Amino acid sequence: MIAQIIFVVLFAAAVAWFSFNVRRITRYINLGRDIKRNDQPWKRWKTMFRVALGQSKMVTRPVAGILHIFVYAGFIIINIEVLEIIVDGVAGTHRVFAPLGAFYDFLIGSFEILAFLVFAACAVFLIRRNVLRLKRFHLKEMTAWPRSDANIILITEILLMTAFLTMNASDFLLQQRHVGHYLTAGSFPVSSVVASLMSNLSSESLVSIERFCWWFHILGILAFLNYVPYSKHFHIFLSFPNTWYSNLENKGRLNNMENVTREVKLMLDPSASPTAGNDAPQRFGAKDVFDLTWKQLMDAYSCTECGRCTSVCPANLTGKLLSPRKIMMDTRDRLEEAGRLIDKNGKEFRDGKSLLDRITKEEIWACTSCNACTEACPVNIDPLSIIIDLRRYLVMEESGAPAELGNMFTKIENNGAPWQFAQADRFNWTTNT
Amino acid sequence: MDFKVETMAEYAARGETPEVLFWIGCAASFDERAQKVTRAVAKILHASGVRFAVLGTEESCTGDPAKRAGNEFLFQMQAMSNIQVLNGYGVTKVVTACPHCYNTLKNEYRELGGNYELVHHSELIQQLLDQGRLKVEGGHFAGKKITFHDPCYLGRGNNIYEAPRSVIHKLDAALFEMKRSREKGFCCGAGGAQIFKEPEKGNKDVNVERTEEALGLSPDIIAVGCPFCMIMMTDGVKSFNKESQVQVMDVAELIARAADL
Ligand code: SF4
Ligand code: SF4
Repeated sequence: MIAQIIFVVLFAAAVAWFSFNVRRITRYINLGRDIKRNDQPWKRWKTMFRVALGQSKMVTRPVAGILHIFVYAGFIIINIEVLEIIVDGVAGTHRVFAPLGAFYDFLIGSFEILAFLVFAACAVFLIRRNVLRLKRFHLKEMTAWPRSDANIILITEILLMTAFLTMNASDFLLQQRHVGHYLTAGSFPVSSVVASLMSNLSSESLVSIERFCWWFHILGILAFLNYVPYSKHFHIFLSFPNTWYSNLENKGRLNNMENVTREVKLMLDPSASPTAGNDAPQRFGAKDVFDLTWKQLMDAYSCTECGRCTSVCPANLTGKLLSPRKIMMDTRDRLEEAGRLIDKNGKEFRDGKSLLDRITKEEIWACTSCNACTEACPVNIDPLSIIIDLRRYLVMEESGAPAELGNMFTKIENNGAPWQFAQADRFNWTTNT
Repeated sequence: MDFKVETMAEYAARGETPEVLFWIGCAASFDERAQKVTRAVAKILHASGVRFAVLGTEESCTGDPAKRAGNEFLFQMQAMSNIQVLNGYGVTKVVTACPHCYNTLKNEYRELGGNYELVHHSELIQQLLDQGRLKVEGGHFAGKKITFHDPCYLGRGNNIYEAPRSVIHKLDAALFEMKRSREKGFCCGAGGAQIFKEPEKGNKDVNVERTEEALGLSPDIIAVGCPFCMIMMTDGVKSFNKESQVQVMDVAELIARAADL
């Protein structure tokens, strides 16, 4: 009975804390500007099913892709097991779904296989990160915390899977010994192997081990749940909405700035009334996270820090400072900072800092707008749009373009071409033979 | 050139409209190397009996480099005046040999009142070959090794990967793919207004990295489909002192040569 009460209290606290954080992050995302992203719902569902559920972009790198699918499938499917654990925990039962009979055996059997695959995949991931030291996991922006974050997650998953399999192993032995309430149920393709190492233990020890692992497993899951919102691991939730709200246009297209269109139309035709000019004037481009759209902010929270974007970025690969992953990490870190200050001091609070304190001009101007990053991102994040919005701010609000680009602008203004050529010579290509 | 390239104004004066407008673009109008490509495209269109016109001196920068460098004002000024000219002539279909112009005219003029059907020259050449309006003869490229460098704004930007390849397949040459091709194509380094400035500090130029990859296949020809890629890859080949062994050519030039134009 006491165990049940403790369970219910801990469970409720974990859920409450988690939903508090989800609401907090939702609030921060909504600090962004509005953008319409709900056209073509059918296409959006398809994109989400393909990219998030179907992991279509993960498998372009087969090793990581397939291992990730193990972890991902394991994560989702083993959650059915968690459902049983919760019911058992609340009701004080043991293996409450056992009456499902053969189907139950099938379920437990598949959970075990998946648990083993998750275990193995996480081990390989740890080796790739820490022993093989894959380059993309050790670039500049992967400072101490992002690296530990990844390792904490992998180690936690390994511990959880170990607890789960050990719990089943002791349960399996206790079932064979017909001890107490350990009714015969489930099939144990993996843990029966583990059990063979434990067969010398007394039934009392086995009961203690089984109970310990049961509690460790469920408390570990609740702790993990609450770790996720502080981690790049939040992508396990956000990748779904983030792909649903993907940019469905051709990647080459940069969005049209309507506030500029309004002004340009006024300039070309001063008699036109400044219609729709009643909304508050907006800054051109982005200086801070508030100038980005909610979708760009959602991107930031969806980033898995996998570095696939950076590992194909032509600027980064040729030694420039720019890293699209860092753009996303900076955006998220700045949003966390600004959001927390708003939580404390009210909605209008600004600390005088901005995203441009984190992302330097040297990074911003190195981008070739090649879209390699957006193509590579497994959750359809768009770092390029943020880079362009920062450029827009620098150019239109601060006249801060590099001098050569300023010259290029002048040439377009003066002679309709980015180079010094006379408009009258445009047709000379026919005769220049 | 042994035929006259007509302008939209000349067509309009006769009360006629051409099949398609050939949008040249700044690089292809002014850069000497790119001008050769422009002439190759014009010859192909002419030889295939396509009734095409150009804007001539009425053409102006699409605004692509301004937009990508963050100057949306300048971009929209350019766009609106271009749209005025294009719509004034009732243009509906545009062919261009520049993927940047292609992208801007197709995707970024829409919201400002410009709706045009865009075809990249490689797509049009493919159609002309398929329809039999254009014929290429074998022999010119027998035994040659060609690799194709995907322009970002044609490939990832607008999902056109096959047209240039299928055009190259019409030659009796062998097409070799670089490891980074199609969706994974590696930039030449020119886009996003980079070509107009010095690169940021790094350990290599982007075009050198890309050319190195292409040269790894020991090709006779590096085929391109963009005037900016042409400039960057040509420079890249020079930086390896390989210009006597390896040519950088636009797909239009390959076809023009194969068709004896
Ligand atoms: S679009 Fe910019 S940031 Fe993205 S890969 Fe290309 S150069 Fe890098
Ligand atoms: S933006 Fe996408 S590809 Fe880049 S690190 Fe984040 S999740 Fe990975």
